[in-house]
Amino acid sequence: MDGEALAFMLLSALAILGGILMLNLRKVVHMVLAVVLTFLSLAGLYVTLSAEFVAVVQILIYSGAISIMMIFGIMLTKHNSKERRTKTPVRTGLVGIGVIVFFITVYYAIENLFYPTEATNLHVENTEQIGILIFSHYVIPFELVSVVLLVALVGAIILAKNKEADE
Amino acid sequence: MPMQPYLIVALILFCIGLFGALTKRNTIIVLICIELMLNAVNLNLIAFSKYGANANISGQVFSLFTITVAAAEVAVGMAILIALYRNKRNVNIDKMNTLKD
Repeated sequence: MDGEALAFMLLSALAILGGILMLNLRKVVHMVLAVVLTFLSLAGLYVTLSAEFVAVVQILIYSGAISIMMIFGIMLTKHNSKERRTKTPVRTGLVGIGVIVFFITVYYAIENLFYPTEATNLHVENTEQIGILIFSHYVIPFELVSVVLLVALVGAIILAKNKEADE
Repeated sequence: MPMQPYLIVALILFCIGLFGALTKRNTIIVLICIELMLNAVNLNLIAFSKYGANANISGQVFSLFTITVAAAEVAVGMAILIALYRNKRNVNIDKMNTLKD
């Protein structure tokens, strides 16, 4: 077994472990920390897929910004931060059966997927390649994404603003 | 190393996220599960950008766009959550059924 397979197995086991812990833990803050474990292992998987820039962005945005924002949300809202066990086992069972059917369907779809492996140069100056592609070929989506971020910023401020406070 | 293991890991993560988003009662946890599903899709995009047919770096650019949109989605979702909490003093998702009546 070579190092790439070993790293893949370790990181994917950590990622799936984080997901399962997220489903089973009781306290909400612990759930967020389990998801941070998943995000960090996914960043490691991106490194094994020779996507270093995306891995760093994943660590910055997901395990930095988004999880901090979730914890802010928990701190600002919860008083009893324990998740009670769901009292609807029928619904949980139905959702579980549906998810398992979905899993089996997609598994059979991707089981025999095969592309001939071709040599790629993704690892050679990864960030420079991404920058060149974004600013030449994908420049219009890039600008549109900036508009999306601006709209989200303004919308979040307006939604979360206390209306009684400033009148 | 073939491509299927990455796709299967992404599929498992997507299923975990889907199950959590449909069964959890806390709205914050539902948002986190949606983030998990988006992450699984990102892993697929990056796996295809290395091992897919006509492999090139466009997949990584797509995943950067996805991450940006996911961050915007979390910001708006948190704002909606805080506005709802201010009105109803509750973050459980089965209490948010005002539109049902």
